[in-house]
Amino acid sequence: MPSTFTHEFNAPAFKAKVSFNTGLFINGQFVDGSDNTTIDVINPTNGKVITSVSEGTPKDVDLAVDAAHAAFDTAWGLHTPGAQRSILMSKLVALMEKNADELAALEALDNGKTFNWARNIDVAGSIDCIRYYAGWADKITGQVQETTEDKLTYSRHEPIGVVGQIIPWNFPLLMMAWKIGPALACGNTVVLKPSEFTPLTAIRMCHLINEAGFPPGVVNVLTGYGNTTGNAISSHMRIEKVAFTGSTIVGRKIMEAAARSNLKNVTLELGGKSPNIIFDDADIEQAVNWAIFGIFWNHGQTCTAGSRIFVQEGIYDEFFKRFMEKTRSLKIGDPFAPDTFQGPQVSEIQFNRIMSYIESGKAAGAKVEIGGERHGSEGYFIKPTIFTNVDPSMKIVQEEIFGPVCVLIKFKDEEDVIKQANDTLYGLAAAVFTQDLNRALNTAHRLKAGTAWINCVNSFNSNVPFGGFKQSGIGRECGDYALTNYTAVKAVHVNLGHKM
Amino acid sequence: MAFESTYTYQFDTAVYKGAVTFPTQLFINGEFVNPINKGTIDLINPATCKAIARVSVGDCEDIELAAQAARAAFKEHWGLKVPGAARSKLLHKLADLVDTNTDQIAALEALNVGKTFHAAKAQDLPITSSILRYYAGWADKIQGKSIQTTPDKIGFTRHEPIGVVGVIVPWNFPLSTLIMKLAPALACGNTIVAKPSEFTPLSALFLCTLIREAGFPRGVVNIVPGYGDTAGQAVGESMIIDKVAFTGSTLTGRKIMEAAAKSNLKKISLELGGKSPSIIFDDADIDQAVKWAINGIFMNQGELCVAGSRIYVQAGIYDNFLQKFTESAQCLSVGDPFSPDTFQGPQISERQFERVMGYIKSGQEEGATLRLGGERHGTEGYFIQPTVFTECTPNMKIVQEEIFGPVAAIMKFSAEEEVIEQANNTTYGLACSVYTKDIDRAMRVASNIEAGTAWVNFTNWPDLGLPVGGFKQSGAGKDLGEDALENYTNIKAVHINIGIKI
Repeated sequence: MPSTFTHEFNAPAFKAKVSFNTGLFINGQFVDGSDNTTIDVINPTNGKVITSVSEGTPKDVDLAVDAAHAAFDTAWGLHTPGAQRSILMSKLVALMEKNADELAALEALDNGKTFNWARNIDVAGSIDCIRYYAGWADKITGQVQETTEDKLTYSRHEPIGVVGQIIPWNFPLLMMAWKIGPALACGNTVVLKPSEFTPLTAIRMCHLINEAGFPPGVVNVLTGYGNTTGNAISSHMRIEKVAFTGSTIVGRKIMEAAARSNLKNVTLELGGKSPNIIFDDADIEQAVNWAIFGIFWNHGQTCTAGSRIFVQEGIYDEFFKRFMEKTRSLKIGDPFAPDTFQGPQVSEIQFNRIMSYIESGKAAGAKVEIGGERHGSEGYFIKPTIFTNVDPSMKIVQEEIFGPVCVLIKFKDEEDVIKQANDTLYGLAAAVFTQDLNRALNTAHRLKAGTAWINCVNSFNSNVPFGGFKQSGIGRECGDYALTNYTAVKAVHVNLGHKM
Repeated sequence: MAFESTYTYQFDTAVYKGAVTFPTQLFINGEFVNPINKGTIDLINPATCKAIARVSVGDCEDIELAAQAARAAFKEHWGLKVPGAARSKLLHKLADLVDTNTDQIAALEALNVGKTFHAAKAQDLPITSSILRYYAGWADKIQGKSIQTTPDKIGFTRHEPIGVVGVIVPWNFPLSTLIMKLAPALACGNTIVAKPSEFTPLSALFLCTLIREAGFPRGVVNIVPGYGDTAGQAVGESMIIDKVAFTGSTLTGRKIMEAAAKSNLKKISLELGGKSPSIIFDDADIDQAVKWAINGIFMNQGELCVAGSRIYVQAGIYDNFLQKFTESAQCLSVGDPFSPDTFQGPQISERQFERVMGYIKSGQEEGATLRLGGERHGTEGYFIQPTVFTECTPNMKIVQEEIFGPVAAIMKFSAEEEVIEQANNTTYGLACSVYTKDIDRAMRVASNIEAGTAWVNFTNWPDLGLPVGGFKQSGAGKDLGEDALENYTNIKAVHINIGIKI
């Protein structure tokens, strides 16, 4: 019998008792894993076990794929008109709205992000995303090409079938929404693996999906480890498409597995080392505020984190002073306290990884201006950290740290900074701060990144495409661009009179 | 009959029992108000000729007031001040409220128009909430293009709302034609001045209470029932209204276009009349063709712009088809819209009744054979028997002109080319249907008929994902589908110079 997670929330922001089954969600039911094993979910504020959830294995992936295929062939795919898919997705939106506080509380408990951020960004963004894609469900149109008298040609945008989706632990609920939104709108059925670190909101969503009335098997969710369950999904011969968000290193494995198995379609949203470029004529106050948000929001656990901050020499000193001041004022602590800005890192593994990057920075001769150490003695808290005196060869400048650690680099001229900014394997995002129209647009265009932010950072919209250049990924999420990932285009040629 | 600001009608029928309360005043700037010149109209139940209620009608001054409210709302708290996602939520909320009140609204529509309660509940109402949901989905997807020609400039288009949209809708599908305009217009960020037909304002008036309940800001939707030649004309001539969307007769459509031309060259879209041909080939599934053709002309009492009023049957199956068609038409039950078995209710008004009867008379006078019907049904209300004419020739009025009643003109044909020519021999071009199993012929005929909608092997099948609109004198612009959005956006091209020196 899968366990039931019961928790009494007693925070100023949320007081309620929450209780739900934490089995694997296959074919509309909550079930034990095939090996009857479980995974412990840890509270990152104190390292203690919150609950355990059923563990999915490759055998469970097979079961889920069977259920997903059956659902696709009978109750979903083109058997259910888009308008009906839209209605179900709208029902899910209504349920998410009704349970928004609970979802935010679960996210904060599981991931360590603050309740406020979870409620106002993660949950609000997830709701907006599903609502946005519900609106596309009955608008998946193809083309009719040039009409002539002897031939009719048109393209059908059909669902692919069963799609596999593997999501990370930094924005568990939001990443689930970004994946299932377009997939369901286009008529696919889903086998989704949340991160073993942060499965709670995904599992809660399964209960809402049932309540909304989705036919069984349309969405299947299995918590499991990457190298077992994740690998089973990307190697599966009956999954025709896999979408992955996570590290570049795992992205490679997914792509390899897809190549070796059935050449399934792959989209990847991977890591970044995004530059944030601040010119002399920037609004300093705003640049500082956005820079803070750029690297310290979500504890630096953001693929688009503005982790390399380039400041032009004319305003460097003033920027530095204010940036330090603001960083110093950030409150680190209990995710449920109303004035907390930053909670703990998600896990011990991540904590150790970030700390080792910090050590490597120190060892390489970079200067720790602030932070550089653990916060407190319990849980995985790390102080917001700023390094200066860095050079491009350092690991802390080249590699993605995924923590509240940034490098601050002074620059002189535009040409030079653009070169430095682009000197990376990554190409996920970039930001530029300036009031000058020409410089803003030209710089944005020259930065090799999938998102260029002008006078803002980490600003997302459900309807604007998102994804990486270079080793930051393949394909785009959000907007109608995401629909391409989940449709199979069939061209139909009707001969109306051409004789052989 | 006294005038009260709300009225409660008691329904006690076989298919619906209940009290429905509706406002009777104009809805301007979020309030129910009396018309400036205190105009009223007594609404008549076309099934009984008895009075239903007295409601307000607005005239030019009220339209002007509504237009000003709509303009202020557009500037202050609608248009691009409200993100698409928020507009989407409001449209969804309105759809939910329409669903919750389906029976009540269907009852009002049946009472007011004479269409059956069953049809109102099973067709008009679900289509209405579906259209709202469909356009709710578009509201945050009104996208322009980014068009990069050279590296030293950027170019993109903004699809902006136009501003204040005037909406004039007819009495045959009062609610669904209103929503067909409102939904895309609101989704695109416009504000509305709507003039429902003076004959059939009840569903629109009820809708005002739902618009308020849904939370649309004041002035975003304004509803002023009124007469065409006063209130309608005022919409066409208003210098504040930026665009008018009209559904109605071709004759009135011309007046709207003229008024627009003479005033501020406001944009127009027109969904007008039709004389749509249904063409049935020898190899058609005859039983299916008969069923679709019956529905095609007799649905909604024949008061349908896309009515398949000209039925061309190929010689090989003519006798068989005609016999089955006539038998089916004979079995159609005409009577009380609130009786569970009724298929066809009364025509909307005495004037329409006389008009249709006039066409029937002209058919006989011009030499067509009256195969079935042709007379009033019963002695009370504006009921007309389902009527079938055969041996029609192309120049007869019943073949050329839109009758807008339950009158079918059936003609025999031999060859495809001949029937296509006959089918296109009309100033109209709204819809057509072709019945055949042959894939080549189906596509050929559908392609060669000059009409905005071609149905193959069915007639009058609604699908809001596809656009509806006429060729030739059946109209300009589209309703439904993505294409309708074009009617409600202004495209602005923005060019930014980032390096071109002069």
